[in-house]
Amino acid sequence: MFKQHKYVETNVFVLAVGILLTVIIGGLVEIVPLFSMEATIEKVEGVRPYSPLELEGRNIYIREGCYLCHSQMIRPFKDEVERYGHYSLAAESKYDHPFQWGSKRTGPDLARIGGKYTNDWHVRHLINPRDVVPESVMPGYPHLKRPLKYDDIAADMMALRVTGVPYTDEDIKNAKADLEEQVRSDSSDAAIAKRYPKARMGAADGNPKTITELDALVAYLQVLGTMVDFTAVDPASIRR
Amino acid sequence: MNPVIDFVEHVLRPLWGLWVMILFLGIVFWAYRPKNKGRFDSYGDIPFRDDDKER
Amino acid sequence: MIAATAALGQRAETSPYLDDVVKKFVLAAVFWGVVGFFVGDYIAWELAFPHLNLDLEWTTFGRLRPVHTSAVIFAFGGNVLIGTSFYVVQRTCRATLFGGAGLGNIIFWGYNSFIVMAAASYVLGMSQGREYAEPEWWLDIYLTVVWVAYLIAFAGTIMKRKEAHIYVANWFYLAFILTIAMLHIGNNLAIPAVFFGGTWWKSYSLYSGAQDAMTQWWYGHNAVGFFLTAGFLAIMYYFVPKRAERPVYSYRLSIVHFWALIFLYIWAGPHHLHYTALPDWTQTLGMTFSVMLWMPSWGGMINGLMTLSGAWDKLRTDPVMRFLVTSVAFYGMSTFEGPMMAIKAVNSLSHYTDWTIGHVHSGALGWVAFVSFGALYYLVPKLWGRKEVYSLRLVGVHFWVATVGVLLYITAMWISGIMQGLMWRAYDNLGFLQYSFIETVEAMHPYYVLRATGGVLFLTGGLVMAYNVWRTIRGDVEAAGAVRQSVATAR
Repeated sequence: MFKQHKYVETNVFVLAVGILLTVIIGGLVEIVPLFSMEATIEKVEGVRPYSPLELEGRNIYIREGCYLCHSQMIRPFKDEVERYGHYSLAAESKYDHPFQWGSKRTGPDLARIGGKYTNDWHVRHLINPRDVVPESVMPGYPHLKRPLKYDDIAADMMALRVTGVPYTDEDIKNAKADLEEQVRSDSSDAAIAKRYPKARMGAADGNPKTITELDALVAYLQVLGTMVDFTAVDPASIRR
Repeated sequence: MNPVIDFVEHVLRPLWGLWVMILFLGIVFWAYRPKNKGRFDSYGDIPFRDDDKER
Repeated sequence: MIAATAALGQRAETSPYLDDVVKKFVLAAVFWGVVGFFVGDYIAWELAFPHLNLDLEWTTFGRLRPVHTSAVIFAFGGNVLIGTSFYVVQRTCRATLFGGAGLGNIIFWGYNSFIVMAAASYVLGMSQGREYAEPEWWLDIYLTVVWVAYLIAFAGTIMKRKEAHIYVANWFYLAFILTIAMLHIGNNLAIPAVFFGGTWWKSYSLYSGAQDAMTQWWYGHNAVGFFLTAGFLAIMYYFVPKRAERPVYSYRLSIVHFWALIFLYIWAGPHHLHYTALPDWTQTLGMTFSVMLWMPSWGGMINGLMTLSGAWDKLRTDPVMRFLVTSVAFYGMSTFEGPMMAIKAVNSLSHYTDWTIGHVHSGALGWVAFVSFGALYYLVPKLWGRKEVYSLRLVGVHFWVATVGVLLYITAMWISGIMQGLMWRAYDNLGFLQYSFIETVEAMHPYYVLRATGGVLFLTGGLVMAYNVWRTIRGDVEAAGAVRQSVATAR
């Protein structure tokens, strides 16, 4: 046996294989079961794929690196639940490619920011945070006033479908129209509102003629954490 | 896929502490066996055996 | 051929190894170090004075932060790692670099052009949105190609070695190269939108939610474990013995250190996800292995420090040695702090706060950067055929300025982190949360200023190093002062 060890230390291939085997075990045991175990994701009602406008907003959230200062993961502690709302479930981010749980709270958690502030507050806050929160250290994002480029939104949804997000053919076919309708219609009877329940309708910046990046980002922020109705969830069913 | 995962779950996981311990003790035993002492100590000199010219 | 030239007594001023490419990596490391420290310090000031974000999309904290992390980890750290690995593997194998200058240059320009493109892409708003894995799919593929070339050059050199045994530093380098390849590919699997006629640069991670979080921190933590630890331990195992002019304290301990470290590290990722929606069993595994990791880490630290036994006076006389040894001490400190913060009860307080930032920097500045400075100060005179660096006095200045900078930084972050963590969970007499979130942000201000000031000191040290390196390469020697003479007599 010890002769073989001498082989390990004198043959770069054997050493390389030894290293790979050693480092592969941990990942396999921790990651692979997550994909098959039913316990990873709770069974709750309401979580749906993002509407086209929300998806564009989410991509802006990622582009600007919001996750570097804001988490989207409420831990099950008394103070966090009181400050932010019900603790986060794995199910709530099951369509998040990539996840945006974050690792640092230079600003507050955003997992349940949806519905807490008005569209108008968000728009003013994004353009210059210190207009509404004087002590804020967040950068201003006046460039979000520019028009949103959304011509190829259907392609993004098709890519996401490959990763497992259940967009239907109909969703993809109507992607662009849905995106425009979410900004321009106020009616909860609109097709978009039926396809994507709880989607926040209307132009965030008050101008439905031009669809801006602000419209998209605010639509995303306003849906965060609102999909699951926790008054209707039996606590025992999500306990692990 | 599932049988493989079940195997990992049912066999490896309850005993992982044991496997790790055996492996670790094996490496320690190998490294510290008196027989290997001289050999390993000489390896420590490798950085001083290069072909650089002393300047 | 090498033997022949040596026998003829020619090239007495040069080495038989391929060092031109190592020189390039060394210069790039110094350059990127200064850039990375500067960007880091700039965004530190942004957090203290948000107007510095300039209301421009390219200069906000969110876009510049990946520029900072990539510049210090992948650009500064990466160039140090690849450069030193080529220097070390050639000498410990007594063989010239496999693939020659051609392959070496491909790796150098390939790697550094990757960094430039990555930094530009973040500023322009192209990001995967995953920490430390921000480069988009096309850059990921490009880096994979460069990395495979690196593996070929490194492993190829080992294969043509004249020394029977593979020296332990090369084990650490090899583990670093292979594991980073595995993590990089495993973590970056994504579906590009362009396949469906969408934007060319954009992709969507193959994983989502909890699985994506686990994969990402399996990658993220082991970028720390294998890029910032295993790779730099290789530097320790070569440059500390060389500079101290005595073999490593215990070669046998280094073997145990190696296998224990690489086995345990890979499991520790879930400690970044304590109390999240990741299943509890995974968190518990992550915590357990993180705590166990303390043992091999300290084994390695003891091995590095004890190499100095019998030569402790070098700490007093040789500022380069001081960098190397202090780095190992910082390594010991952060690998004690890390396991402690991975305990769930501690993590419940520290997570999401500046304490984590402080911890990362005690490792990144105190350990990674200091061991790199030590190696660079050792390498530059050797590579350019000088007796010693231009000024050991300036190395000493760099050491003290940087040390004070690091201490300011981590102390500020300890205080702000623990304070903010406690404020978030504080209740008043009536049972309400005592502080609004913004009050806790306000309370951070003095510590953010203090931290950024520490950063200024650290950056100043980097500039002093750049100056010293430049003068060394020019062939200058500082006019003999008292310090220099004392060094000379101590030798």
